[in-house]
Amino acid sequence: MARPRKKKNTEIFALGNEAVVEGALLAGCTFYAGYPITPSSEIMEIMAQRLPLIPNGSFIQMEDEIGGLGAVIGGSLAGRKAMTATSGPGFSLMQEHIGYGCITETPLVIVNVMRGGPSTGLPTSPAQADVQQARWGTHGDHSIIVLSASNVQECLDNTIEAFNLAEKYRTPVILLIDEITAHTREKIIIPNEDEFEVFNRIVPTMPPEWYKPYEETVRGVPPMPAIGSGYRFHVTGLTHDTNGFPTSRPDEVRELNERLFRKIDQFLHDVQIVDEIDTDDVDVAVIAYGTVARSAELAVKQARELGVKAGLLKLSTLFPYPRKATEKIMAKAKTIIVPEMNMGQISREVKRVNNGQVSVRTINKVDGQIITPAEILKVITRV
Amino acid sequence: MADMKGTQLIHEYLRHNKKFPHVFCAGCGHGIVLGSLIRSIHGLGLSKDEVCVVAGIGCSGRLAAYVDFNTVHTTHGRALTFATGIKMAKPNMHVIVVMGDGDSMAIGGNHLIHAARRNIGVTALILNNNIYGMTGGQCSPTTPSGAFTMTSPMGQMEQSFDCVELMTAAKANYVARGSVFHVKKLDKMIMEGISNPGFGVVEIMTPCHTQYGRKNKFKTPVDMFKNIKDTVISIERYNQLSEEEQASRIPSGVFVQKDTPSLEEKFYQMAASCQGGA
Repeated sequence: MARPRKKKNTEIFALGNEAVVEGALLAGCTFYAGYPITPSSEIMEIMAQRLPLIPNGSFIQMEDEIGGLGAVIGGSLAGRKAMTATSGPGFSLMQEHIGYGCITETPLVIVNVMRGGPSTGLPTSPAQADVQQARWGTHGDHSIIVLSASNVQECLDNTIEAFNLAEKYRTPVILLIDEITAHTREKIIIPNEDEFEVFNRIVPTMPPEWYKPYEETVRGVPPMPAIGSGYRFHVTGLTHDTNGFPTSRPDEVRELNERLFRKIDQFLHDVQIVDEIDTDDVDVAVIAYGTVARSAELAVKQARELGVKAGLLKLSTLFPYPRKATEKIMAKAKTIIVPEMNMGQISREVKRVNNGQVSVRTINKVDGQIITPAEILKVITRV
Repeated sequence: MADMKGTQLIHEYLRHNKKFPHVFCAGCGHGIVLGSLIRSIHGLGLSKDEVCVVAGIGCSGRLAAYVDFNTVHTTHGRALTFATGIKMAKPNMHVIVVMGDGDSMAIGGNHLIHAARRNIGVTALILNNNIYGMTGGQCSPTTPSGAFTMTSPMGQMEQSFDCVELMTAAKANYVARGSVFHVKKLDKMIMEGISNPGFGVVEIMTPCHTQYGRKNKFKTPVDMFKNIKDTVISIERYNQLSEEEQASRIPSGVFVQKDTPSLEEKFYQMAASCQGGA
């Protein structure tokens, strides 16, 4: 008999960083390792309190971010849903291990609460300056999934999504939020268990001697057993064959690298999450993500009141870049505006998709301040 | 399996149909360490599934690929962090880390001292050949002063780390030093290291005639093994020598043996009490 569910959703008043923890725990995260850094530290602090309360939960503060992500990979290989959180400088230190996570196909979630930069930059000011670092920070070619969140509720929802995508595609997933969302406190709804999906990695069912850890499957994602579960195989950051052993045979090297891209790229409809607001009849479209998308939403609304046909394409997925959604809106709008708290890291992608069809305007702000609705509205009404 | 002897026993644990020939030079000591590791695991009666071998980068890092356990070949210097994660997630697993001297004490020096400080229940085997072998013979943190390497062509000017002193100061639970010449003792040390509840370190003096020997008057493996035989002596014998004589010798044996509970043991006890003793 099904146990009775709480009918009513729980509402709480939470920080963005707290919402990330709630989302992670709902998604089944039982392992956290990391190193504290402003403005992400609350995630780690709350995990330190919560994980010991969960059966099988474990938490460890490592000596640096490199160790943090190393331990997360170890935890994930041992069968746990594992995560870490950091900010710009720590994210830079993690890059080598992100690549290791990609090539060994280890599911894990990294939350990067972005701050201004470069270097130690502005520890308590917002920025969106790690967007391309999330895409290309580690060495070597690889596919990656990068999400963002524009408000506290999305911090919860998209953290669940990040775990689901990580488990489904056996890959590191990066969630980028900025300092404003991380440190904004607002009412959020904690969904009931039956209101969201939780995806767990597929484990092998064949006899261990039949199992090939990196063999092609229909989805391109091989099943993944936990260390110690009877399936003994070799995990290496070296380019490997389907058995997991190092290889430099061109056919095996190509097969692995192509599959690592293909396993994500053939499911773009599943991984590219976007929201369209007022885009049915649109002349001026804003493409935004993170806290700036909130400013943009208000600006678009105000522009409509002024009689301008404005709309917003809000990106929850930043990479693989939502090309189709962007093309769709470009077919309607005459002008695209891309406001970002950086010098143009997503507008590069927009311009690449655009290829000269429509006019692309950027609003770039790198002074540690948010882009306000008024600043976006000014550009909307001017074009 | 119980009555297997010598190479028969070794073959039982190798991935013979998968990953050979190996990459080690003829005369390398790493194969002896591998044999010792296998005998130790077998001697402790552990099943293949409850052992995880984690390795770093370099010649010693390749060792993990050859044995039929759960094996992880990690990034350079970070093997201990992966092992820490595995041990925290699976406290019943026997996690054994294989590293070289450069891997563990140069790039991974920070992780090494902190693994010892926090007393995570993994066993670290540090294969010390005083040189960076796979990258072509550059000096390492344990290259003796005056030794010639590709990056100290006029003789090493820096001081070298003493792994045992370092690990003792960092509060590791079990600290021992052995060599590939004294294999019976080495087997015992590795077994004790694995059995110890907290962080165990076994530094293993092993020769690299290819990169170290050829530049330092030990051209053949035999020269290097003779050198290990003469210089690596028991703590008891070492203590009887004059300071001058000690300078050219390396004491071996068990230096620290404590039974302080491991980090993961303490963590799960705390968690159980938080969850109401459940």
